[in-house]
Amino acid sequence: MVSTQAQKSIFYRLHIDPYLLLGLFALMSISLTVLYSVGGLDMLYRQVTRLAIALAAMIFIAQIPPEWYQRWTPAIFLVSVLLLIAVLVIGHTGKGAQRWLDLGFTKFQPSEVMKLIMPLMVAYYISQFTMPTRFRQAFIALLIVVIPTLLIAKQPDLGTSILVASSGIFVLFLSGVSWIYIGLAVAAVLAFIPILWFFLMLDYQRGRVLTLLNPEADPLGAGYHIIQSKIAIGSGGLWGKGWMHGTQSQLEFLPERHTDFIFSVFSEEFGFVGVLLLLSIYIFLITRGLIIANQAQDAFTKLIAGSITLTFFVYVFVNIGMVSGLLPVVGVPLPIVSFGGTSIVTLLAGFGILMSIHTHKRFNIKR
Amino acid sequence: MVKRKRNSIRNHSAESALFMRRTIVVFLGILFAVGILFTNLYYLQINSFDTYKTRSNANRISVQTVPPNRGLIYDRNGVILAENRPVYSLQVIANKANDLKNDIKRLTKLLSLTDDEIEKFNKNNRYSRSFKAITIRDQLTPEEVALFTVNQHLFKGFSIQASLKRYYPFGNAFTHVLGYIAKINNRDLEKIEAKGERARYQGTHYIGKLGIEKYYEDILHGQPGQRQVEVDSWGKVIRTLSFTAPTPGKDIKLNIDINLQLKAQELLGDNRGSIILMDARNGSILSLVSAPSYDPNLFVTGISQKQYQALLESRDRPLINRATQGRYPPASTIKPQMALLALDEKVITEETQVYDPGWWIVPNSKRRFRDWKRWGHGLVDVFHAIEQSCDTFFYDTSYKLGIDRIEPFMRLFGFGEYSGLDLAEETKAIMPSRDWKRSRFNQPWYDGDTISIGIGQGYWTVTPIQLTKATAMLARRGDNIKPHILQSIISADETVTPKYDTSKKVTLASERYWEIALEAMQGVTSKRRGTAYRSFGDADYTVAGKSGTAQVINIKEDEVYDADKISERHRDNAMFIAFAPFESPEIVATVVLENAGGGSTNAAPIARALFDEYFKEKEQVSPIPTTSSADQ
Repeated sequence: MVSTQAQKSIFYRLHIDPYLLLGLFALMSISLTVLYSVGGLDMLYRQVTRLAIALAAMIFIAQIPPEWYQRWTPAIFLVSVLLLIAVLVIGHTGKGAQRWLDLGFTKFQPSEVMKLIMPLMVAYYISQFTMPTRFRQAFIALLIVVIPTLLIAKQPDLGTSILVASSGIFVLFLSGVSWIYIGLAVAAVLAFIPILWFFLMLDYQRGRVLTLLNPEADPLGAGYHIIQSKIAIGSGGLWGKGWMHGTQSQLEFLPERHTDFIFSVFSEEFGFVGVLLLLSIYIFLITRGLIIANQAQDAFTKLIAGSITLTFFVYVFVNIGMVSGLLPVVGVPLPIVSFGGTSIVTLLAGFGILMSIHTHKRFNIKR
Repeated sequence: MVKRKRNSIRNHSAESALFMRRTIVVFLGILFAVGILFTNLYYLQINSFDTYKTRSNANRISVQTVPPNRGLIYDRNGVILAENRPVYSLQVIANKANDLKNDIKRLTKLLSLTDDEIEKFNKNNRYSRSFKAITIRDQLTPEEVALFTVNQHLFKGFSIQASLKRYYPFGNAFTHVLGYIAKINNRDLEKIEAKGERARYQGTHYIGKLGIEKYYEDILHGQPGQRQVEVDSWGKVIRTLSFTAPTPGKDIKLNIDINLQLKAQELLGDNRGSIILMDARNGSILSLVSAPSYDPNLFVTGISQKQYQALLESRDRPLINRATQGRYPPASTIKPQMALLALDEKVITEETQVYDPGWWIVPNSKRRFRDWKRWGHGLVDVFHAIEQSCDTFFYDTSYKLGIDRIEPFMRLFGFGEYSGLDLAEETKAIMPSRDWKRSRFNQPWYDGDTISIGIGQGYWTVTPIQLTKATAMLARRGDNIKPHILQSIISADETVTPKYDTSKKVTLASERYWEIALEAMQGVTSKRRGTAYRSFGDADYTVAGKSGTAQVINIKEDEVYDADKISERHRDNAMFIAFAPFESPEIVATVVLENAGGGSTNAAPIARALFDEYFKEKEQVSPIPTTSSADQ
């Protein structure tokens, strides 16, 4: 496919992809609608500011050609790993976990940077060699994935470490690692689960998993959040209770209404129809991302575009899965829709990279 | 262009095809995953809709936290110092009002709302949810409550809410003891979270910020209760299902005596300074005053930025608790301790005499130190030196002792250490040493530094509470004492009175040394030559005391101090420490007046007036109880 002349003249020169932008705006509108419902004008204003900053970051990043990323990836990755170590040593503890680094003027979360730089680093390494990737390369790439993942899991921030790990592993998968190795890796992970459960997980993390298996066991304690969330979603029905009329959310039965559980609020007020619309927008964005990946012109950009898109999907899947009772509550926001500053900047920065890949082509391929 | 290592020649179209295949696999995976989500959501929202709808409707039981009432604070006689007063506030739930704009207009007429109040309301209204109550006016007078109640039917959605507010009936007289409570801010929240007490403060809006209110927050606060209520679909409470009463905070009784406290405040008048009265037998603080002060009630109702700025920037620094945070040179008040050390170290004996021509010269130098008496005291022994506060005698003594012996000894009396008083606002002040000067100024310790220390000047600073403790330890001949404000914790079923350590802290080679220093202190007030004879000569009880006059600025060697010629802020600090009765010490007093001039002429009369008051009160009522409750 070749961009049409019209697109080239406006969006292409601005290095913006109109399809992605359209999908993102749709999600942002949904976000602001729901946030007004749970937090009033105050929260709406705050989110608008954050969105503006995040969009500016996205457009800025889209202007930078992919060659630049390729050149700086190893250095940024190294610095990020060092920062993660610094967080563990001197980091600021918020809500019982050490995630922040206090820079004096602002607090900074190095694990957010890692979400972006991880696929770039693995892609940087893998793309040095021809595809399909061989065992030795795959093994080294896995090391690149595992070290930062463990550092983040140790903070402890299970949600982010899952996202970081999957963004790296997606690159490996897309690079064509043999199915045999994939099978072996899956077997290894399954074998690792008992070790994880008995030695590495903290009590509260184990509790979350147990709660998932049987939330009704402790309806007013550990199971409370997930039960209330399922009631909110289920009682939304086909058409929902109407905007600002969700009793579960308005009467504050739902926890974390504006962040992790925003999907429950949305489902309660807009019903199954609303959920279909929301999922369609996500699928639209993901499809577009995968198209961009396939049209990319070298291995490096193909791999990072693919990985960024897939990680975006992991966000969606984990968040909706956890609030609807399929997955344990690990603290992953609903991308673009949840209230929050850092995660939205990171997400839109990822889309900025996608746009940069798509609009900085050195030559046109006619197919 | 980036250079890359390549193991083999790239086959771009093969790579693209591989990537495409993998993408398709992944895309199918995504569709499968979305299918799972979709099925689950379909099951929740369509299949189980009826179940969840019923559960959602039944989900009307809401748990509300009922905050506990804060414990009250009494003086030792049972006079209430901090209470909870009912206040009434006018609130509105915006989406229940018929015509909010018009209602506010009519309300403005009825209760004469100010422009500030209207503006604040509009702002709050804009930023909060329409079904949440917004306060319009905080403290309604009984007349306003009546006025509104009569007209209530005209104002749908408006209501009057009763709540309790902390009130300090004696205003600024107790600010530096009681402190105050104020709205919980983000910093407080962080601390509450860190202590894992989030649930305990659910529903509480105020927290102790200063003084006793802060120090005993844990005791005063209490435990919240819970109310399970049934709400309608808009969250309005229909009925209460169950109620667990909160446990109110415990009441506490202080050692402070209201009469002595008010008397001390009155005696301080417009001076800047501090007065502390303490029971020498057990460390009970009978009075603790720091002037100037301010009204703590301002902080409870929410002080305006302007008022707060004024307090913060005032030259008189009213926010400082001078009794525990004021750092003053101790001046001559520490001469008794200096004499004790010199006797114990055999630097002087009871008979040692020093000739004072009015100055003292550091041996082998030209550096001259002046005595306060220009023409000198002549030949003085240790008694004379304390009674008349002879500087030359102590220049000589401290020079011979050296800082390395002075500093650890003075620390035993509590100088340079926290006094242990039950207030968080306290400074250790400075008990200087060689190491201290090295780390503070990166300079060696000079002999001249020690000479100043000998008369309580130079780098040495103390707080009034440290002076009080040190004086009490003198009176107790070295027994430790811990000053404390709290007398007892009262709850419904028990009265707990904390106990404190009183072990021996300072041991001297001979008991005689104590007698020398204490006799000399008695001479200060009872001998004709004593500096405080004019204030205490005619007292009908025995007193031991010591005056101090601390230089705030340095006066040159041959310049004469003339109070009228130098600006008010550079005048000397007047200090006086004393205890009585001499034979069996009961009460210790410390008086510090900033820039008031000589200690014996200005501070001693205040101590006298307070002792008079103390003994008068003691005669009137039965003896002030030393430990347990004072309910007589």
